[in-house]
Amino acid sequence: MSETQSTYNYKVVRQFAVMTVIWGIVGMLVGVIIAAQLVWPELNVAPYLSYGRLRPLHTNAVIFAFGGCALFATSYYVVQRTCHARLFSDGLAAFTFWGWQLVIVLAAITLPLGITSGKEYAELEWPIDILITLVWVSYAIVFFGTIAKRTVSHIYVANWFYGGFILAVALLHLVNSAAIPVSLTKSYSAYAGVQDAMIQWWYGHNAVGFFLTAGFLGMMYYFVPKQAGRPVYSYRLSVVHFWALIFTYMWAGPHHLHYTALPDWTQSVGMIFSLILLAPSWGGMINGIMTLSGAWHKLRDDPILKFLITSLSFYGMSTFEGPMMSIKTVNALSHYTDWTVGHVHSGALGWVAMVSIGSIYYLLPRLFGKAEMYSVRLMTVHFWVATIGVVLYIASMWIAGVMQGLMWRAVNADGTLTYSFVEAVKGSYPFWAIRFLGGVLFLSGMFIMAYNMFKTIAGGRTEDAPVLAPAGHHA
Amino acid sequence: METLYLLIPVSVILVFLIGFAFWWSVRSGQFDDMEGPAYRVLMDDDRGTTGDPAGKMPPTATEDGEAVRPPGRSGS
Repeated sequence: MSETQSTYNYKVVRQFAVMTVIWGIVGMLVGVIIAAQLVWPELNVAPYLSYGRLRPLHTNAVIFAFGGCALFATSYYVVQRTCHARLFSDGLAAFTFWGWQLVIVLAAITLPLGITSGKEYAELEWPIDILITLVWVSYAIVFFGTIAKRTVSHIYVANWFYGGFILAVALLHLVNSAAIPVSLTKSYSAYAGVQDAMIQWWYGHNAVGFFLTAGFLGMMYYFVPKQAGRPVYSYRLSVVHFWALIFTYMWAGPHHLHYTALPDWTQSVGMIFSLILLAPSWGGMINGIMTLSGAWHKLRDDPILKFLITSLSFYGMSTFEGPMMSIKTVNALSHYTDWTVGHVHSGALGWVAMVSIGSIYYLLPRLFGKAEMYSVRLMTVHFWVATIGVVLYIASMWIAGVMQGLMWRAVNADGTLTYSFVEAVKGSYPFWAIRFLGGVLFLSGMFIMAYNMFKTIAGGRTEDAPVLAPAGHHA
Repeated sequence: METLYLLIPVSVILVFLIGFAFWWSVRSGQFDDMEGPAYRVLMDDDRGTTGDPAGKMPPTATEDGEAVRPPGRSGS
């Protein structure tokens, strides 16, 4: 290997970018399977492929495998290009890739076997948790090491978002995964009862806030301006966005525990912080979309911009919906219903997946020495298939969720419940079928992307780009 | 709610750490120029930097002729 300091490390970016698409297909396929199981319960193959075991596999695969690889790929690319420096350590970067893939494979083996700690979005057992910690510390060293050796004085705002995401996830993982092992495959949480629930949702919501939001905002602040060929609408606002988000996010977690054994005041604090979050979220959303101000025509025939701008629209929608759902009176209706599931997917498919897909489409030709993707037309097809899929998904879940909430709370004049639970299940069937269809469409889009990706890679050159001297830089 | 004895100190420590990071970044001049960095990102040409024997690559990110304004536009 004659790689020197004069080139960027594109190899690890390439690896993570390709695996983003692969894991996207796997994770979403499992999602489609469990959506089908709700419509056709006979598809549950007990015990290994039953809904209860596949559901955590789906969430882990889409969040940490698909989303995680997208974050690794883009953060390594962005930090190198904006710092004008090669990654701090090629060896550690390679370790983060192979270590992360091993974590994913172990998750895919242990979860169907029923080996789980039972904590939502943190189901993996303690040996895997330790491996995650090692990978994450290496990630932090590579990322912050690269920032430390930057050749420009300014740290671009996207790096602040990526950095905040890396540090926050490290803290969340360490606190929430604290457990007492009883065997290699079983451990018990270090916390008990409502304490455990509070820690769990402090982790759970901040995982949404930092893994699924801050990291992807870093992506947005780099790839939207680059693809649009225009500077971000207000750089000042982007800096304010970052600090406002970082200072206010940590206390929104209790809104997952409204009307539980959690003290009432803690629930109210969670609700108030959730409402405050609307401000920085919409500030960032407007900042991203307005970057296209004066260049709206580019949306007409640029599928990458279509993905990126649509993702921001979904970000705006779900960050409005979220604070509304955290209001206790609204939550009394929405909690435990499919509305929550729809809300999550509005963020996960509409925001996280679309901004990742747009960014990966931006990266692939650059990483493999091509002028553009193999087929721009297929990218456009992917965009429309995915968008229709998301809309079907969230609209059906809204209707099903509100219907379930209303049926569960309906009481007769004598105080008895109007509907039995199973009646609400029966009423939900048509909407679960529509949701399944939406999921199938979104998954088909990922297959189109994979085809386009392999055609783009074929015959491509995999050289590392030379480190460019910073343009127009003045000390 | 003994768990708050963990979460509240963690949050307070975190606020101080974030506050320190903010203080450092202001003091070290990270936010002195709130215009230039947005342009400098665009001036980093990440296409065709590996050379293009086929000659198919468009020259820059602003291929549609829209001029990117110069960085470091003072004022504000």
